[in-house]
Amino acid sequence: MKDPRNALEVEGLGMVFDVSASWLNRVVERKPRRYLRAVDDVTFAVPRGGCLALVGESGCGKSTVARLVTGLYRPTSGTVAFAPGRDGAPLAAQMIFQDPYASLNPRWRVGDIVAEPIRELRLRETEADVTDRVADLLRTVGLSPDDMAKFPHEFSGGQRQRISIARALASEPEFLVCDEPTSALDVSVQAQILNLMRRLQDELVLTYLFISHDLSVVRHMSDRIAVMYLGRIVEEAETEALFDAPQHPYTRLLLETIPDLHAPRRRRAAPGGEPPSPLAPPPGCAFNPRCPVAMPVCRTDRPAETARCGAGRVACHAAAATASAA
Amino acid sequence: MTDTPVCPARPATPSRLARLRDSDLWWSFTSHPTAVGAAVLLGLMMLAALLAPLIAPQNPYDLAALELWNAELPPVWVEGGQWPYVLGTDLQGRDVLSAMLYGSRISIVIGIASVIVSLAVGLSLGLVAGYFGGIVDNVLMRIGDVLLSIPTILIAILVSAVAREMLPPGLREAGAAAVLVLAISLTAWVQYARTVRAQTMVERNKEYVQAARLIRVPARRIMLRHILPNTMTPILVAATLNFGLAILIEATLSFLGVGMPPTEPSLGTLIRIGNQYLFSGLWWIVLFPALHLCLLVVAVNLLGDWLRDALNPKLR
Repeated sequence: MKDPRNALEVEGLGMVFDVSASWLNRVVERKPRRYLRAVDDVTFAVPRGGCLALVGESGCGKSTVARLVTGLYRPTSGTVAFAPGRDGAPLAAQMIFQDPYASLNPRWRVGDIVAEPIRELRLRETEADVTDRVADLLRTVGLSPDDMAKFPHEFSGGQRQRISIARALASEPEFLVCDEPTSALDVSVQAQILNLMRRLQDELVLTYLFISHDLSVVRHMSDRIAVMYLGRIVEEAETEALFDAPQHPYTRLLLETIPDLHAPRRRRAAPGGEPPSPLAPPPGCAFNPRCPVAMPVCRTDRPAETARCGAGRVACHAAAATASAA
Repeated sequence: MTDTPVCPARPATPSRLARLRDSDLWWSFTSHPTAVGAAVLLGLMMLAALLAPLIAPQNPYDLAALELWNAELPPVWVEGGQWPYVLGTDLQGRDVLSAMLYGSRISIVIGIASVIVSLAVGLSLGLVAGYFGGIVDNVLMRIGDVLLSIPTILIAILVSAVAREMLPPGLREAGAAAVLVLAISLTAWVQYARTVRAQTMVERNKEYVQAARLIRVPARRIMLRHILPNTMTPILVAATLNFGLAILIEATLSFLGVGMPPTEPSLGTLIRIGNQYLFSGLWWIVLFPALHLCLLVVAVNLLGDWLRDALNPKLR
């Protein structure tokens, strides 16, 4: 660990998926092997008790980063290092998933779902203690202990997400990876879940890696924001600094799309075009085909990360040019 | 479950029986007269087979009970028929009804046993292939493809003929049932394995499996406790239909003479024996076992068809 205040340090993380056709098809149809670079040289750190948000469009690799951090995927390159936790062992990350309908086994009772980590990791001695703990957890997330005997299909999306949070808390983690925990919920329920997660962060001293495509959700939750585009982090800064003065044109584009309460009918610049395929990323800066301020150098050279005001970094030729001119 | 201070008056968890009565499946069952009829018929035949020693007029295996002057009696409603030989007797004076009850017992036991064996093999191989993928998956599925490319009955004939020759002569009759189960299961497992594999590949990537992997639940337990229960719906249908199919294959093998020996006749063996006397005018020896087999398989298939429709969400 470079900095003892960090709970998680990720360095040079890369993930390449082999998406080739099967061997027989490759031989018969003479197709080449194809690789998908989902995550490319991603570096970030999450301070203990803080919340870092990863933001980006669908397919930019943010969920892959979540699965790399929790160890569900083995990274192709780079390292994921957790600081030692309360008991001295490296922190174990738990995860809250995006889809509240797929993240709970439909054939298990809620009590068994929440108790699984407790039983599996032998955190309680007797079955009565396990039940007590599950009841406590359900109360913590705003459900009733009576819900233990029910099946997941008896709950709404927001309630299921609460169950999912209770399960994640069951193993007493100090680090939670939240993979778009509110994107499948109604707006009114989103706020409830976000408030619950903030309350839990304060009460249980949790560290969050929060993944979302919704900047307004992220503003509510996080201390720092990292914006991802096509597998790379293009800009990272403290939340308010990023909202006040976005440096990367892609960040500006994302901020433009947020509806504004004070200017309800302002014309919003719709993001032009689609993100390019990660199977064949464009040369130079990956954002250059959609970038309003693209320069010739953007089409040839990949921009290096430069420091930005407000203790952050940005990877953009245009931003670097402005900074050096100033 | 201990009482919790918040709400002591927790409604009791409904019992399994109550949940079954509340379920869509039960409602669908009671509103399909065909399914109810098939289930009742099948239940009666199973019960009769189970209770054969109690209800059969005669023990067909007991040679001492056979009286030659009772041979070739027609059914009771035909002229010359005699009680208690309701469905007539064969050439040795064996009661056809008793032979049928004992025979259906063997047919049903072989059917159930081969379903169990092929389920055990098919489910475990399908789970492993679907969960781990890669080379394991490829090898297992290609073996399955090869087995399916040869007609089931050919493989069954080959296996039972070879296995019978390999068994010592003393064991041939005793081992006949086991050989039949083996021969039938050898091809039947492929269907289960394919179904479970496909379903496992879907379930494996669902988030509840990832949640279990995060707390380091061993792969075996994830497969058995998380994935397997979620693959059971199509398996239940396939198992029911295959039960009928297994009884038919057993009957075919016995009819061809590579199945159960005449000393321990199954329905197929009875049909083969009776078939030889059909043109001598002794039609009852072959007709009644054939009818019994037919009804048994039709009942199983009707039940399986209903189950397939009832469990298919697109047909509701």
